Amino acid sequence: MSQASAITSLLDHVTALDAGAHVTGAAFVGDVAALALGDGGVLLASAGETRRVEAHPGGAVLAAVAQGGRLITGGDDGRVVAIDAAGAVEPIGDEKGRWIDAVAVRPGAVAWSCGKHVAARDDKGSVRRIEAPSSVRGLAFAPKGYRLALAHYNGASLWFPNTDAAPEALSWKGSHLDVTFSPDGRFLITSMQENTLHGWRLADRKDMRMSGYPAKPRSLSWSHDGFHLATSGADAAIIWPFEAKDGPMGKPPRECGVRPAKVSQVAFHPRALILALGYEDGAVMLVRLTDAAELMARKPDDAGPISAFAWDARGTRLVFGTAEGAAGLLTLP
Amino acid sequence: MTDKIPVTVLTGYLGAGKTTLLNRILSEPHGKKYAVIVNEFGEVGIDNDLIVGADEEVFEMNNGCVCCTVRGDLIRIIDGLMKRKGKFDAIIVETTGLADPAPVAQTFFVDQDVSDRTRLDAVVTVADAKWLAERLKDAPEAKNQIAFADVIVLNKTDLVSADELADVESRIRAINPYARLHRTERAKIDIDEVLGRNAFDLDRIMALEPDFLEEGHHHHHDEDVQSVAVTLDGDVDPDRFLPWINDLAQREGPNILRSKGIVAFKGEPKRFVFQGVHMMLEGDLQRDWRPDEKRTSKIVVIGRDLDRPSIEKAFHACAA
Repeated sequence: MSQASAITSLLDHVTALDAGAHVTGAAFVGDVAALALGDGGVLLASAGETRRVEAHPGGAVLAAVAQGGRLITGGDDGRVVAIDAAGAVEPIGDEKGRWIDAVAVRPGAVAWSCGKHVAARDDKGSVRRIEAPSSVRGLAFAPKGYRLALAHYNGASLWFPNTDAAPEALSWKGSHLDVTFSPDGRFLITSMQENTLHGWRLADRKDMRMSGYPAKPRSLSWSHDGFHLATSGADAAIIWPFEAKDGPMGKPPRECGVRPAKVSQVAFHPRALILALGYEDGAVMLVRLTDAAELMARKPDDAGPISAFAWDARGTRLVFGTAEGAAGLLTLP
Repeated sequence: MTDKIPVTVLTGYLGAGKTTLLNRILSEPHGKKYAVIVNEFGEVGIDNDLIVGADEEVFEMNNGCVCCTVRGDLIRIIDGLMKRKGKFDAIIVETTGLADPAPVAQTFFVDQDVSDRTRLDAVVTVADAKWLAERLKDAPEAKNQIAFADVIVLNKTDLVSADELADVESRIRAINPYARLHRTERAKIDIDEVLGRNAFDLDRIMALEPDFLEEGHHHHHDEDVQSVAVTLDGDVDPDRFLPWINDLAQREGPNILRSKGIVAFKGEPKRFVFQGVHMMLEGDLQRDWRPDEKRTSKIVVIGRDLDRPSIEKAFHACAA
């Protein structure tokens, strides 16, 4: 390791949190770390204090994503709510008991899906709705413009919620799960049931296949400069290059953080080329892309796979949680 | 293996009494909590249980295998249910009356996340004693449901004569001699006969008398869905058996509805157990052969237009 004289491990810089249930999502709302839970609660942690908010009483949080100073959660009670750093809960949407399968945000706007049904709520609170051709598994707002991508069976759709135009269809056979735009808006990437990623270059709709995963790559994270897409689903993080005009076409991905366990979560640092990796055996590691230096932040244990990750805006803290209800807050020295 | 959540798939043609059975299961004082995946809300609902509506979305896997269909909604729902682990003991999946059970069963083979966390406990088929014989003639779905079953609840037996009952039972046996068959009125059955069967550990296929099978077979030669069972006394050579069974599944997959087997590999103290749906096969070494147990290998294939002599010959050629 290049900086052996400085830091060799981050194990002592983690504060353990007791989430008590499957951690289904993580985010920072302002300065507060928020963990969305499989028992319907949200755990808010700041400055050594934790408090619990009943976001979906008796239910489970299925999807959660940060929107500025709030956490937006969708539950199996059919509700979409916003929780602020103080723990106040504001209802955003209600689908009458149908599971909220996906949630996406952009400044001011929130979108959610239940089955084939997709709703988008703009900054004025006006809600537009659409039926997708089949059940929607993933949603993502485009980086520019009020435009939403829907991942579903046999492709993805691009929808402008404020127009009456039919969504634009991007076809590719198979079942598409998670979806993300590249930060420059040139590419749309989906993860697939068939253990692969699919991509479209939106300018000419050229297809990109990014395959070879032993498991579904369900966690996707863009580097702050938009040049790298890190993915889970293998015994290392698989990182695809997007710097060139053609994106990753014809280029091999690079692997980092190889360990004898599958990577379950990835999250790029918001300001530097440092990737946080969470593994199925509960380990957490940071890897610097420039020199592949590795720092262990959590040792493997029996508290389940890492199931959620989030950096704060400055990149000084990382919150994580596991499928068995363990959690922790890493503060970089 | 043991902490995998058991899943019971409940099938049955329209009007056979599936919902009656489900409501009976849920209202018994069993002290267990079930997550129930249903297609229509409203017909079932017991406060203590978790009822989830499904869309029965069947899709083809894009993996070059034409018969490899799965229930996409089931993958999504089980993914969600696992986030509330500990809040229920078992999952029951109710299918619609016209559903082919294959995509449901295949979901538990194909999806890694689902098969890591759950195990198919049994396919339970409710059949109408009065109308099943008719349905077997005109509804391929009804026949598939019988062929797939590990447990058959032959319902409404009070509406037929003893002769009619014997006839419908022999028709069921001609298609699927290996399912456990229960006669019921108004779906009244001890729930231990339906849930927690561990039917997929397959010991039952070893216990059945070949004479009984042959008898059922000869009575109804007209059924296009039949079962082929081959027994081999003694050990099997895995280097011959595994390539053959995989090849059989690939070639005959569209015709094979279910396959199961318990095999004694030469020099292996543990029993090799496999089961399959269409082209999909899953097998592993399970418990040791007991000292008092005869090392007998047996395979069963249920399907359409199966070439019995060639399957028999090929399996016998795998003898060690």
